[in-house]
Amino acid sequence: MDFRYTEEQLALQETLRRFIARDYDFERRRALTRSGSGFSADAWAQYAELGLLALPLPEDYGGLGGNGVDVMVVMEQVGRGLLLEPYLSTVVLCGGIIAACGSRDLKQQLLPAIVAGKLQIALAAYEAAGRYDLSHLASSAVQDKEGWRLTGRKSVVLDAPSADFFLVSARPRGSAADLEGLALFLVPRETAGLTLHPYATQSGGRAADLQLSDVHVEAAAVIGSGAEALDLLERGVDAAAAALCAEAAGIVSALNEATLGYLKTRKQFGVPIGVFQALQHRMADMYIAEEQIRSMAIIAATHAEDEDALARRRAISGAKAYIGQAARFVGQQAVQLHGAMGMVDDLIVSHYFKRLTMIDMTLGDTDFHLARFSDAGRGQYDAA
Amino acid sequence: MDLSYTAEEQAFRAEVRAFLEAEVPEETRAKLRLGRRLCKDDMVRWQKTLHRRGWGAGMWPKRFGGGGWSVVQQYIFEEESAAASAPPQIPFGLRMVAPVIMTFGNAAQQQRFLPRIIAGEDWWCQGYSEPGSGSDLASLRMSALRQGDHYLVNGQKTWNTLGQYADWIFCLVRTSNEGRPQQGISFLLIDMKTPGVSVRPIITLDGEHEINDIFFESVPVPVANLVGEENQGWTYAKFLLNYERTNNAGVGHCKRALTQLKMIATAQSINGRPLMEDARFRDRIAQVELELMALEITNLRVLSAFAREDRPPGPEVSALKVKGSEIVQQLAELKMRALGHDALPYLREALEPDWVPNPLLATHYPGWASSLSGQYFNLRKATIYAGSTEIQKNVICKMILGL
Repeated sequence: MDFRYTEEQLALQETLRRFIARDYDFERRRALTRSGSGFSADAWAQYAELGLLALPLPEDYGGLGGNGVDVMVVMEQVGRGLLLEPYLSTVVLCGGIIAACGSRDLKQQLLPAIVAGKLQIALAAYEAAGRYDLSHLASSAVQDKEGWRLTGRKSVVLDAPSADFFLVSARPRGSAADLEGLALFLVPRETAGLTLHPYATQSGGRAADLQLSDVHVEAAAVIGSGAEALDLLERGVDAAAAALCAEAAGIVSALNEATLGYLKTRKQFGVPIGVFQALQHRMADMYIAEEQIRSMAIIAATHAEDEDALARRRAISGAKAYIGQAARFVGQQAVQLHGAMGMVDDLIVSHYFKRLTMIDMTLGDTDFHLARFSDAGRGQYDAA
Repeated sequence: MDLSYTAEEQAFRAEVRAFLEAEVPEETRAKLRLGRRLCKDDMVRWQKTLHRRGWGAGMWPKRFGGGGWSVVQQYIFEEESAAASAPPQIPFGLRMVAPVIMTFGNAAQQQRFLPRIIAGEDWWCQGYSEPGSGSDLASLRMSALRQGDHYLVNGQKTWNTLGQYADWIFCLVRTSNEGRPQQGISFLLIDMKTPGVSVRPIITLDGEHEINDIFFESVPVPVANLVGEENQGWTYAKFLLNYERTNNAGVGHCKRALTQLKMIATAQSINGRPLMEDARFRDRIAQVELELMALEITNLRVLSAFAREDRPPGPEVSALKVKGSEIVQQLAELKMRALGHDALPYLREALEPDWVPNPLLATHYPGWASSLSGQYFNLRKATIYAGSTEIQKNVICKMILGL
């Protein structure tokens, strides 16, 4: 067992810290949230230059072959800096799914372009009223001579407005809840019949609803079908959920620093408010939560590519469920301990809080992952 | 960052498992599985068995006869011991006074006391709290007056655990009233057989005799039994508390309790199905299981950092103590609540090893059920002893957060 980052990982961490301090301060970020795209194309180019986009992707396609812990290092800083670029969607989630799929041609077409910063992809998997169920799917896929025709609606596709491609799940067969009757298609942004309805998200990013009306894609656009598609989706979502855990860990540590600093400097009744025990003990609870969150993020990161599906589900759903609650606690208390200052848009605290809120509700919330965690451990104790 | 065990660690685990399989007496194992009372002999015998194997004090440095185990080895040993229903090692000598004697004691004290601790020949107990000095420990008043080559000790210690079995007690005593309260405290080792020492049981809410008042009336204690320097005892006391709080987390024990909880919840039924499949109860179990998963790693992270930096446990252990004690309590509570109606009988005779339920009771009341309520009541102590949760949070604020 070893709980340290490697020299390379520490160097990467330092690089990102310097990048955020130099090019991504809070005011710059706020300006970006109000811009058209909602993120910085310059920053994306720098990610490419720094090798961040290559980091977890396979070496055969220009990547660096990094693991879940490498992603953790990046995502912690994504959290601290509240970076807006679609790293999670393009690199971790969709990049991961494509890297795991069976088609060499698709990988060759897409992965080097992602690494170069020339291509962004978003996952269009969730549908209305299905919450986080990947198999809750009404979108249909009908095969014809030249390929497939897709029809349906996709809800809250994160980072959709800037995406060049979408990974779209649809159902060639089976009823709306059939686990394995689904397939995953690569759909270019500029395809006839595909319409986007974009909007902003809680934390200042971008998303869109997608309407697919008889969208035609070639036969080669199938990323996977049946049990394979579900497995690809699940692996991708698991890796991304682990990354979200690391992002939350980064935010929580930044929020605790900010809150502790406030307790030491804000004076009321003639003394710094940090002398009051009611506030001290709350801060101690937040410190303990931060340590536990970090441990869970490590568990998630080290299981992000676990081939044992049950072990992976337990680790990542366990971490996501735990962090969803613990980070909500830290976020809410950080706002509370900042008093009215915690409510203002001018202070980064409220932005951290909103991002934590969104992380809990992205790719499965606490309740979803709590149930999945328990299901993955089922049957262990029947011997009694 | 790597959470997997090395080949050596896996081999060590196999060795420990095989040893426990062969050596834990079946009678003791059965008592622990059924939650029956352990007697002094069960625990002392086990310490002697471990000592014969060279594992009497795995966590001690080799130069004091210990195993010089790494943090991970200690953790593996604890986890396997709990899983095998091996008796716990008595902490007062091994994990509490021994590190103080090793660090602050003189060579004569080290040679006199440490080998007897590791061999299970001396049972130690702790003399910290007094009737007027609990959380405010530094206000303690038990006095030790220097008279030639002896101290004359007068006063009372309380909340002393298992002192009825003890050969020795380590005490915080007041040797000076000058300066701040912390400045006049000394660390004294007292033979329980000395005339003037008396033990009075305190019966706790579970009906058991686990803790005591200990009275000291003009007890002569050789100056040779003073650890370190006079009036420097507060430093040693805090050092010891950090060791004590390190061990409080008891992750291995909690894992065993979690397994038991799941077994109980699988055996109990609700609406014709196992309680384990009831979403409401399952979520309660999952919540404490997640806290434990996180604590397991937090615990190893914190202890590995101490080992790597070659420093004794610091204030970070307060976080382990807060979380560990909460988890212990939640597990005990859920185990009791899983029984539902069957948790209501309170059969103290059922804690005896040879108890057999009457035939009608036996139809619905498993042999292990009788201990669960008592354990729940008893473990309310966990967030109080070794510095209450509130004291731990004060420590975190002062020593770590700088508030």
